[in-house]
Amino acid sequence: MTDQVQKILEIADDELILGWRNSEWTGIAPLLEEDVAFSSIAQNEIGHARALYERAAQELGTTADELAFDRSPEEYRCSRLVQLRLVPDWAATIARHYLYETADEERIGVLKQSEDAELAGLAAKIDREEAYHRMHAQMWFERLHDEPRFKAALDELQPLLDVRGEHTPEFATLWEEMTSVRRSLAGATW
Amino acid sequence: MVTEQQVWDALAEIPDPEIPVISLVDLGVIRSVDVSRDQVRVEFTPTFLGCPALEVMRDAMEKQISALGAEPEIRVISDDSWSTDRITAEGREKLRASGFAPPAPRETGGPKLVQLQSNAFRCPYCGSHDTGLENIFGPTPCRSVRYCRSCRQPFEQFKTI
Repeated sequence: MTDQVQKILEIADDELILGWRNSEWTGIAPLLEEDVAFSSIAQNEIGHARALYERAAQELGTTADELAFDRSPEEYRCSRLVQLRLVPDWAATIARHYLYETADEERIGVLKQSEDAELAGLAAKIDREEAYHRMHAQMWFERLHDEPRFKAALDELQPLLDVRGEHTPEFATLWEEMTSVRRSLAGATW
Repeated sequence: MVTEQQVWDALAEIPDPEIPVISLVDLGVIRSVDVSRDQVRVEFTPTFLGCPALEVMRDAMEKQISALGAEPEIRVISDDSWSTDRITAEGREKLRASGFAPPAPRETGGPKLVQLQSNAFRCPYCGSHDTGLENIFGPTPCRSVRYCRSCRQPFEQFKTI
């Protein structure tokens, strides 16, 4: 596996897992508007994961679904930050959202400069959509930045951003849920 | 033998699965049509990468082209070439008439919160500029929710992409 494919998979894993975590707010967010917002953000993140997995799948001779759902838990390269189940802690959720979107902007910016025109084009497309996530994260950051609980969550979560290759116990539970339907009928086409 | 125009006309009959008042051609998602003998190759750009209507649109295009007696090949192009600026003038008018505010033009540097909260967006019902952002996100990835303070009507605004 080339470094580039590894990097694409890393981002795809982050987006897929964070998409799942964000979707856990569907129906239970503290405000109805945030129910809509987190559901929509989750949909976008999973859409980005799909496009990135498709890209990696071309190089690895597999499919996006197999990369997303048929790997063993140890093979996922997602950051520890996205693995955490933060429901029902809203302050920590917003802290993660802000930390993630800020870091994501930087690495997508690097991909946009890629010499591979197709990859650079995909990154530019992703970045257009992420701009709305950043706006949303910024809005909440401004609202909460003086709150002690929010500040404590930022300090606690920040070091987890760059930790990869380690899995939290709650990641195993998420993997079980996420892949259970596919594993229930091996080889089925949907 | 199918002509390019016949293909465009056939594609113009396909409604957007989520906003059926406009067609795929109005939406500007069809980047090119290439006819060679009985083969029709269409380049198609998704609006949002997570759009669940993508497969529905692809299947509908294949069906329309097959009905012309040609063999379709739909290529999905996932790059930055689709923008809401590509929605046709006719498409924008159809959106407005059905209560969706058309997107603001794409600006260099991407959307800004200030721009979203400004009075630049007109209510599609009464035309007032006195509208405010309720939610950056809406019922589908491509829409935001705004509220008109003049006629007290919430409405959906196409996001600028």
